[in-house]
Amino acid sequence: MDQTHKGDHEVDHVTGTATTGHEWDGIRELNTPLPRWWLNIFYATIIWSFGYWIVYPAWPLISTTTKGVIGYATRLDVETDLSALRAFRATQTQGLAEASLEQIKADPSLFRIAMAQGKAAFGDNCAACHGVGGAGSKGYPNLNDDDWLWGGSLAAIQTTLQHGIRVATDSETRVSPMPAFGRDGILKRDEINAVANHVRVLAGLPTEPKADLAKGRALFEQNCAACHGPAGKGNQEVGAPNLTDAITLYGMDMASLTETITNSRGGVMPAWGARLDATTIKALTVYVHSLGGGQ
Amino acid sequence: MSATEYSIRRATTGEIAGMLIAAAAVMPFLMVAALTDHSGYAFHATLATLASFASVFLIGNRCFRPGQVPAPQEINGKPNYNMGPVKFATVASMFWGIAGFTVGLIIALQLAFPALNLDLPWTSFGRLRPLHTSAVVFAFGGNVLIATSFYVVQRTSRARLAGDLSPWFVVLGYNFFIVIAGTGYLLGITQGKEYAEPEWYADLWLTIVWVTYLLVFLMTLAKRKEPHIYVANWFYLAFILTIAVLHLGNNLAIPVSVLSPKSYIVWSGVQDAMFQWWYGHNAVGFFLTAGFLAIMYYFVPKRANRPVYSYRLSIIHFWALIFLYIWAGPHHLHYTALPDWAQTLGMTFSIMLWMPSWGGMINGLMTLSGAWDKLRTDPVLRMMVVSLAFYGMSTFEGPLMSIKAVNSLSHYTDWTIGHVHSGALGWVAYISFGAIYCLVPWLWNRKELYSLRLVSWHFWISTLGIVFYISAMWVSGILQGLMWRAYTSLGFLEYSFIETVDAMHPFYVIRALGGALFLIGALIMVFNLWMTVKSGTVDVPQADYDHGLVPQLAPAQ
Repeated sequence: MDQTHKGDHEVDHVTGTATTGHEWDGIRELNTPLPRWWLNIFYATIIWSFGYWIVYPAWPLISTTTKGVIGYATRLDVETDLSALRAFRATQTQGLAEASLEQIKADPSLFRIAMAQGKAAFGDNCAACHGVGGAGSKGYPNLNDDDWLWGGSLAAIQTTLQHGIRVATDSETRVSPMPAFGRDGILKRDEINAVANHVRVLAGLPTEPKADLAKGRALFEQNCAACHGPAGKGNQEVGAPNLTDAITLYGMDMASLTETITNSRGGVMPAWGARLDATTIKALTVYVHSLGGGQ
Repeated sequence: MSATEYSIRRATTGEIAGMLIAAAAVMPFLMVAALTDHSGYAFHATLATLASFASVFLIGNRCFRPGQVPAPQEINGKPNYNMGPVKFATVASMFWGIAGFTVGLIIALQLAFPALNLDLPWTSFGRLRPLHTSAVVFAFGGNVLIATSFYVVQRTSRARLAGDLSPWFVVLGYNFFIVIAGTGYLLGITQGKEYAEPEWYADLWLTIVWVTYLLVFLMTLAKRKEPHIYVANWFYLAFILTIAVLHLGNNLAIPVSVLSPKSYIVWSGVQDAMFQWWYGHNAVGFFLTAGFLAIMYYFVPKRANRPVYSYRLSIIHFWALIFLYIWAGPHHLHYTALPDWAQTLGMTFSIMLWMPSWGGMINGLMTLSGAWDKLRTDPVLRMMVVSLAFYGMSTFEGPLMSIKAVNSLSHYTDWTIGHVHSGALGWVAYISFGAIYCLVPWLWNRKELYSLRLVSWHFWISTLGIVFYISAMWVSGILQGLMWRAYTSLGFLEYSFIETVDAMHPFYVIRALGGALFLIGALIMVFNLWMTVKSGTVDVPQADYDHGLVPQLAPAQ
């Protein structure tokens, strides 16, 4: 570093600026003034902040705060936005609120709005379990097919949406407690195995070589037929699934069947009537009905 | 060693006190381990028992070692610097750095490919994410800060580090805290406060370590031989002091029982949120900014062999920075239950913070006046200069994102993640890498680094990684924010949440690629440092302070 002495302090030859005269472990400091542009922008941000404090709520006082001159409040702002959105939606969905489900289905312009609202509501409320396209997964029914647990008519879908499945707080909810045959000691392990094999017979699937099919059939008729029917065709009145089709909620392999018969299942769906308004439920009903399996 | 040379000396008062405290702690820790019904807590109590036990022997063993005790303050009129703890913290920083970058890569891959959560509690994103943030911020960054602060305060004060056992207690105690915190996350022990996840007992331990750190630093400054305190030390002191205050404020928790790792914070509701982000934001301000600016103020002028650009700027931007930063926390809580007035103050103070932050960048970059040509030949200096560019960029982006209108788009999106990483990878990690590349040859008395070409490789590979990372997060963050707020012409949300998650996938893959490149760069660095220590030519022993000696390019002395 080229340096000369100017008064007490050395001058750095590269910049022509004096140092402060101190040195730490070989490091010196130049006494360069603050960059003007830096200082000016710093002042500008301070002035801007003072202006902002005048306009918006800013400084806490003893029992209140400064309110700002334009009367801004975040909560007021969001309420204004939401009511504007609600008002706009109301004009769009007024027809839905007044029409019956069948009328919506029949009127192309109402149907278009119902589908738009239904898609948005489905994506935010239903897709987490049933999938974006309603294809479901293990324990969550596929809504695209025409195999329904609780009925696929517009009215049945609306009831299911409104009151949910196995919701303790909703008196009109869908309930179908299948007994836990193993856990509750109704059937023994070999009996469960026989029933499970019989269910596979009903579904047209191969059985285990040593399965006692006659015993399985007899036990099925005693214990299961009341809900699932003697042929296993199911009953939508009590939410009993059809066991003869290839569609299954919890699996038709021996392990899954044994688990289902031993401990029962009992999937739940929320009662959306408590969370969504009636028009949204209607739109969702039409949307789900039109996914592929509406009856 | 023959028997005649073998000697035992009398333990000092400090050593006796240290051994007594450690010995007294063994039984209580063992009892906690035996009596608690929480397996993770029992594991930690067992570690504490073993650490107490080991401390007794480690301290006692010093009495068998040759050498004068306490170590002389000066030898032949030159300060007898205490570099052992500095070396330990330097090695620890690289170890934790690699660990933290690796976990970061794993969680980046988990976000792109959720199956990598492996369906195990210990490997789930929720537990690995705090492991990553704590490993890079507190384990890597913390060790870099401790190592450089102990180095810089000695050399710029021309005084040996204060205390005999205390500097070692700080370094080892801090790393023990890291082990407790990190293993705790994996075992599911957390108080659920972001960047303050460790539970009450780890927090108490850190408090003891940190107060000792503050005292060692202050006492070293107090016995300095220089008339003035160098600017880097102001920043280190602001960092140490403020982190102590933040840590205490945000961790005022009441344990359920001495036998339980669980505690409850005394703050509740929005006050708790405010405390959390007063802490969280100033952890960024005083840990990741003030602390690393201190590193910049020593290592950049040293490496560039140029005087600091402006003493006046350093004073003004230092006081402006520490005065303004502490107010900015509420910008993390825009449009929440936090009252409007607090949001306003958080936002305006963030805007005013812009120039004070840039003061550090200007002082760093302009220090290179007359030495810009060195960027062509010295990749270490290049790394530090690029770190200042990233520092400038993220301290502009921060105030921008604090503006409520911008925040309504950016908040809760990946833009925030991109912003944090342009600061963390570009600024904090790069200035740290630069400092460690300088430190290792100095500490181990090597003439120079094993290979400057490898530093260049490290620089380019990881720079590419950072660019991949932050540009992917900018695009995905803005895309995400726009998708969340998109309405159809009928007034319904255009996209469901899961559709926005699906749209992020390609950017998450690019981010993971960026992280992988950054990790590869760091592994090259570890190899380079290892070879420097292992096979570098031994230079003359670390020369002590020669007043008026003009430092060479590299190494320092």
